[in-house]
Amino acid sequence: MAMTVKLKVWRQAGPGQPGKLVDYVADAVHADMSFLEMLDVVNESLIKRGEDPIAFDSDCREGICGSCGLVIDGIPHGPDKGATTCQVHMRRFKSGETITVEPFRAKAFPILKDLVVDRSAFDRIIAAGGYVSMNVGGAPDANSLPIPKDVADQAMDSAQCIGCGACVAACKNAAAHLFTSAKITHLGLLPQGEAERDRRVVRMVDQMDGEGFGSCSNEGECEAVCPKEISISNIARMNRDFLKAIVS
Amino acid sequence: MVLDSKTPVGPITDKWDRRKFENKLVNPANRRKFQVIVVGTGLAGASAAASLGELGYPVKVFGIHDSPRRAHSIAAQGGINAAKNYRNDGDSVYRLFYDTIKGGDYRAREANVYRLAQASVSIIDQCVAQGVPFAREYGGLLDNRSFGGAQVSRTFYARGQTGQQLLLGAYQSMMRQVDAGTVTLFQRREMLDLVVVNNQARGIVCRNLVTGELESHEADAVLLCTGGYGTVFYLSTNAVNSNVTAAWRAHKRGAFFANPCFTQIHPTCIPVSGDHQSKLTLMSESLRNDGRVWVPKTQGDKRPPAQIPDSERDYYLERRYPAFGNLVPRDVASRAAKAVCDEGRGAGDSGLSVYLDFADAIERHGADTIKARYGNLFDMYARITDENPYQVPMRIYPAVHYTMGGLWVDYNLQSTVPGLFVLGEANFSDHGANRLGASALMQGLADGYFVAPYTVANYLGGATLPPVAASHDAFGAARAEAQGRIDKVLRVKGKRTVREFHRAIGAICWDHVGMARTEAGLSGAIAQIRGLREEFWQDVTVPGEANNLNPGLDYAGRVADYMEFAEVLALDALERRESCGGHFREEFQTPDGEALRKDDEYSYVAAWEFKGVGAPPALHKEPLVFEEVHPTQRSYK
Repeated sequence: MAMTVKLKVWRQAGPGQPGKLVDYVADAVHADMSFLEMLDVVNESLIKRGEDPIAFDSDCREGICGSCGLVIDGIPHGPDKGATTCQVHMRRFKSGETITVEPFRAKAFPILKDLVVDRSAFDRIIAAGGYVSMNVGGAPDANSLPIPKDVADQAMDSAQCIGCGACVAACKNAAAHLFTSAKITHLGLLPQGEAERDRRVVRMVDQMDGEGFGSCSNEGECEAVCPKEISISNIARMNRDFLKAIVS
Repeated sequence: MVLDSKTPVGPITDKWDRRKFENKLVNPANRRKFQVIVVGTGLAGASAAASLGELGYPVKVFGIHDSPRRAHSIAAQGGINAAKNYRNDGDSVYRLFYDTIKGGDYRAREANVYRLAQASVSIIDQCVAQGVPFAREYGGLLDNRSFGGAQVSRTFYARGQTGQQLLLGAYQSMMRQVDAGTVTLFQRREMLDLVVVNNQARGIVCRNLVTGELESHEADAVLLCTGGYGTVFYLSTNAVNSNVTAAWRAHKRGAFFANPCFTQIHPTCIPVSGDHQSKLTLMSESLRNDGRVWVPKTQGDKRPPAQIPDSERDYYLERRYPAFGNLVPRDVASRAAKAVCDEGRGAGDSGLSVYLDFADAIERHGADTIKARYGNLFDMYARITDENPYQVPMRIYPAVHYTMGGLWVDYNLQSTVPGLFVLGEANFSDHGANRLGASALMQGLADGYFVAPYTVANYLGGATLPPVAASHDAFGAARAEAQGRIDKVLRVKGKRTVREFHRAIGAICWDHVGMARTEAGLSGAIAQIRGLREEFWQDVTVPGEANNLNPGLDYAGRVADYMEFAEVLALDALERRESCGGHFREEFQTPDGEALRKDDEYSYVAAWEFKGVGAPPALHKEPLVFEEVHPTQRSYK
């Protein structure tokens, strides 16, 4: 059954330019459509009318690449828990409803156009030590070092982060603590990451601060919107590691 | 032109060692004098950039995404094969080689595949050392699962997100080189041309997707790691921005395109729900470890699955292929699904789906175990379909997933343009006419970590490379051509959107170059593609301008290239008058409907040389020589 929804979408021509919410009507919306497919349909009609389509990032459309990220009615990635924007379906909305669509907002994520933001700060945080320093060719046999299953599972829980930035968008301080701590925890839990544990946490936290992300005030908004349900306990671990590293 | 694969002589077990020894080396102090360009940041690109950076080469990396971590390797679910034989079930390098050659229906180059199987062992070591959190057993050792086309358990996995974890491992290694200053990232850039000077690849022209500016980047070697062309079918499991543009533009500059008709239709995808659909979602093949595939025995049986008793169900894979059962290779499983749906026994309103049923597995192992194995996939399925797969069987149907064809490369992964190397899905080399599950990740990483670092060094150490500046005429000409194409597509200002054209070309390809192909269908498709290409340049409408962030313009360029590429895709399928792997010609099948190869006539790689848009490309053949494995009709019975 076809639905109609009213949209209020953030339009902004370019970086640093003024933007505003613009009203659109999406009709012939099908309940099985994803939210982004609904925007595709809106864009098709804008193009046919000779208007500028709404720019937004998306790629895999199955919740893993981390490209998409819209604030839907005030919630990064919208109403579904543990889901990215591309996994939200129109059956979650009622016909006639008004939906507000905005970009992920943060000082460290400048808007490039409409709903597209620059999240390259995340790459720079990873470059500041979010890795294990080993060259190709020097690895011992993969089974030479047993890792207890619960430790590997815990590392995987943190490693699942898709780097979408919803945690930053949800935080009133625009802090990147959940993102940064997830990588620090993933590598810090594993024996392979142990050697660089202190150096890693200090450098990554410094980089995070330098990028203009805010401080953490423990409100847990990041965990609530994380599409991969990364736990806020990662942040506590990062803080412990950081303190230990700077006093030792 | 004779296509020389440059395969080393000698026993297959020694070929790669021999080549590595024969290769020229570049002294560590001289490596910084060479500039390398890597296009694409998936498994192949990120691993190649990391490895070359570690060796001391300055590397420029280009990607269309905002971050290199978003390349579509990230979405691979099930796992990565390696001949570790950790299960003591009879696996070996030779068996992985054999399974891959057979799985590819004897249309791959033996020496490449053997090297791939050798490298598989080191890949797992490398990834574990990087901190990839593979699944483990309680004893702390690595776990394995089974995949299609093999009777041993050799697939390593990280829940249902193996591609993500492997890509993050490669990405992190690459970011370490960014930190070290050897690798420089250029994101939100799209390669629009390969620059060839004196018959050597010497750089690229790319478009900055934020500012619209065309940029020139010179280099001593260019590595294309830009993935496959599955989105020519419009609907596929590929990401919506995946495209053939970089490979196609390189093809137009002299790189031959090999076996484009070898496309993989994956059997387990969520069925199409409506016209609005922008992509299809894969349900990992690993589900076939525990899920049983069936349809009703009777045509038009529309009862809910729970009301169909076991005696009235046809577990057709177990019936037709008792030895491999639900774990037959992908091409076989896809064709079998199409066959039962064509008989009118398909499930769902559309009749275009089959059941993948976990009821027996849940009864045997408990819902918790099934949840631990596939929880994220079940959640994904429930979110998309609004059905609970713990309670009702999943419905699945084949969808375009992977393309075995790609730019032709020799044993050194070098294309027909010296200095242009092609890695991962973008090349044609290792999977023949059908790729086995969990082998794409293996190939991408083998090429990037363990092959290209040696063969690129050999090229740089041996080639004469006079300095070329970005001010060279060849760059200016390539930029002018790229600008001309952009201006032209913006000028049309017609009535049909790029997406409408993409859907149309996709429909032609799916109907005639999909799971079942015929002489008449393919001939007709070629005519239709030509017609559609004409219409595109007369009636397309592209929004906005060229000098800012304009995803609609990026999309137009990619679809314009598909309008050209689709023709060679269909032509290759027409000219290969046999069935093999994912290429099924209805005229060539055994009495029980299996693919009928014609080894006497078609045991070759078809490499196409570009001769102009609309002009017939020239066919060059690389004969396939089988010294180890004797081609027979594949049997999974």
